[in-house]
Amino acid sequence: MEKFTTLRSTAIPLNIENVDTDQIIPARFLKATDKKGFGDNVFRDWRYNKDGSVNSSFVLNNSDYKGNILVAGNNFGCGSSREHAAWAIVGYGFKVVVSSFFADIFKGNALNNGLLPVQVSETFLSDLLNEIESNPETVIQVNLEEQKISIEGKNISEKFEIDPYKKTCMINGYDDIDYLVNNKELIEAFEAQKIF
Amino acid sequence: MGKTLFDKVWDAHVVSSIEDGPQILYIDKHLIHEVTSPQAFNELKERGIPIYRPNQIVATADHNTPTLNQDKPVKDELSRKQLQQLSENCKANNITLYELGHKYNGIVHVMAPELGITQPGMTMVCGDSHTSTHGAFGAIAFGIGTSQVAQVFASQCLLLTKPKSLRVSVNGKLKPGVLPKDVILYIISKLGTNAGTGYFCEYAGNVFEEMSMEGRMTVCNMSIEMGARGGMIAPDEITFKYVKGREFAPKGDDLTKKLEYWKTLPTDKDATFDKEYFFDAEDIEPMVTYGTNPGMGIKINGNIPVENNPSFKKSLKYMNFEAGESLIDKPINYVFIGSCTNSRIEDFRVAANYVKGKRKAENVTAWLVPGSKQVEAQIIKEGLKDIFDDAGFELRQPGCSACLAMNDDKIPQGEYCVSTSNRNFEGRQGQGSRTILASPLVAAATAVEGRIIDITKHLN
Repeated sequence: MEKFTTLRSTAIPLNIENVDTDQIIPARFLKATDKKGFGDNVFRDWRYNKDGSVNSSFVLNNSDYKGNILVAGNNFGCGSSREHAAWAIVGYGFKVVVSSFFADIFKGNALNNGLLPVQVSETFLSDLLNEIESNPETVIQVNLEEQKISIEGKNISEKFEIDPYKKTCMINGYDDIDYLVNNKELIEAFEAQKIF
Repeated sequence: MGKTLFDKVWDAHVVSSIEDGPQILYIDKHLIHEVTSPQAFNELKERGIPIYRPNQIVATADHNTPTLNQDKPVKDELSRKQLQQLSENCKANNITLYELGHKYNGIVHVMAPELGITQPGMTMVCGDSHTSTHGAFGAIAFGIGTSQVAQVFASQCLLLTKPKSLRVSVNGKLKPGVLPKDVILYIISKLGTNAGTGYFCEYAGNVFEEMSMEGRMTVCNMSIEMGARGGMIAPDEITFKYVKGREFAPKGDDLTKKLEYWKTLPTDKDATFDKEYFFDAEDIEPMVTYGTNPGMGIKINGNIPVENNPSFKKSLKYMNFEAGESLIDKPINYVFIGSCTNSRIEDFRVAANYVKGKRKAENVTAWLVPGSKQVEAQIIKEGLKDIFDDAGFELRQPGCSACLAMNDDKIPQGEYCVSTSNRNFEGRQGQGSRTILASPLVAAATAVEGRIIDITKHLN
């Protein structure tokens, strides 16, 4: 897994609530047996019209907005457990997703793929969206060590929460498999005395 | 202080705890399917890690399978490859697979309970968010991502932070025509799609105590639609009776011992929850959804609310509905009875009972997709197929089908589908499709009338 410490980038505002994983990557693209290529189809049915033409009104097709940070409305990533959603977002080039609320499974999937979910307050999210929408050049700084997100040049910042174990994993690029496999003895001992 | 059902099962599975971090939770049963497992198999292969406990894994093919001509090679090349890969991976790793055509094949959350693989007090996972279904047995069951599938492959464990506890109690007498699907759609409409995020939910009260196992599975299945990773119902005599005698259920002394343990699992009287909600059964009516998330539900004879939020407006625009209007008499051309929510024998009995002696409306395409080969066989055995055939409904072969439209079972652009599935997201049932979630009874009535009717006025 790729390491994550700090990021300085402009951002793309996706001001929609309850973005579900079917929108992030529609089911018809889940037939692949590797993790590659999902970025091409991220938000497929919002980026393209049914006839295959580009939907110019969708924010990802607006050339004013660029960057490795996606800023989305409340309850991002709800629905299906498909990790393909995280692969698609990472594949497109995002390293951070900001929202005021993340669905559980998506959050876990993101962390397992080096994609940092930054959960902020409703007020901060609304300020952030306003700043980006009024000036697409707005630069956002994310510092995982300090658990802090700030808008460069403005006095707007907020601390965010992250599980300390997951923070260590993100900073060092570790994943859970190493940890679990290294604890085989404990697991075997547990299996031997299982009471149910 | 007393313990909840969830606490009891969770605590019994903690291998160890990391200071200031997650716990290592032992997983009894790991269910897999073709869509979310291939990358996990690859991951282990690349890292040279063997599958730790292959005999605790059961595989089925369901998401991507056709519902017609299952005896013939799968036409779609990518689907066929994905299914082949599952077969190869299972064979290479000695994992039991119920592939297409096997007498036990079916949707993972229908197949495992009906074979007695799902049992009270277990921890179960699957790379599918509707794994919450198995909580109906008093098991901790939840959906995981593919990285976690790989973790369970490697260690039969997961690193997890214990979720908070939530209890939803529904007491009283359900009105005629109100099915378990209506109960859960009602709860989600009241609580919203993220009320349960970070929580594990227990459903309590006489409504669930009196519910069949099929009904309890329908309820627990949709826990994820209110954000909860899982839902549970205390195991009782109804649970034990359902489990006993099934293919992989414990037998003899083993059963006696397990029963004794299972009976200790229900929540203690003095246990407390982080969050509690109470509802009256009398307030629940048959439900339909009008928007693009499962929380956007109304009583079938109610009106769409009026809200000023842009996401709400976007949703209504997608559905081509107006705020404040009723869905009664809306013409419907597609009806789907199936999915891991409502594809068990009881669901088809309810539908057949309504449809008997009637005929579907000319404009309607009505697909019935059983949850498993066993359900399919039961439909035929009980004579339900004849009723459906006479009524012009199309009984197909088992699979996830039009719930997520990964196979050819897609609802066309712009069309409405009254569906017994679990998600009404944009394009869920095919690009541009519009889903209205409902019970099998409402779905059957819609197919007969070709429009949404107030079912409460059409009951015997």
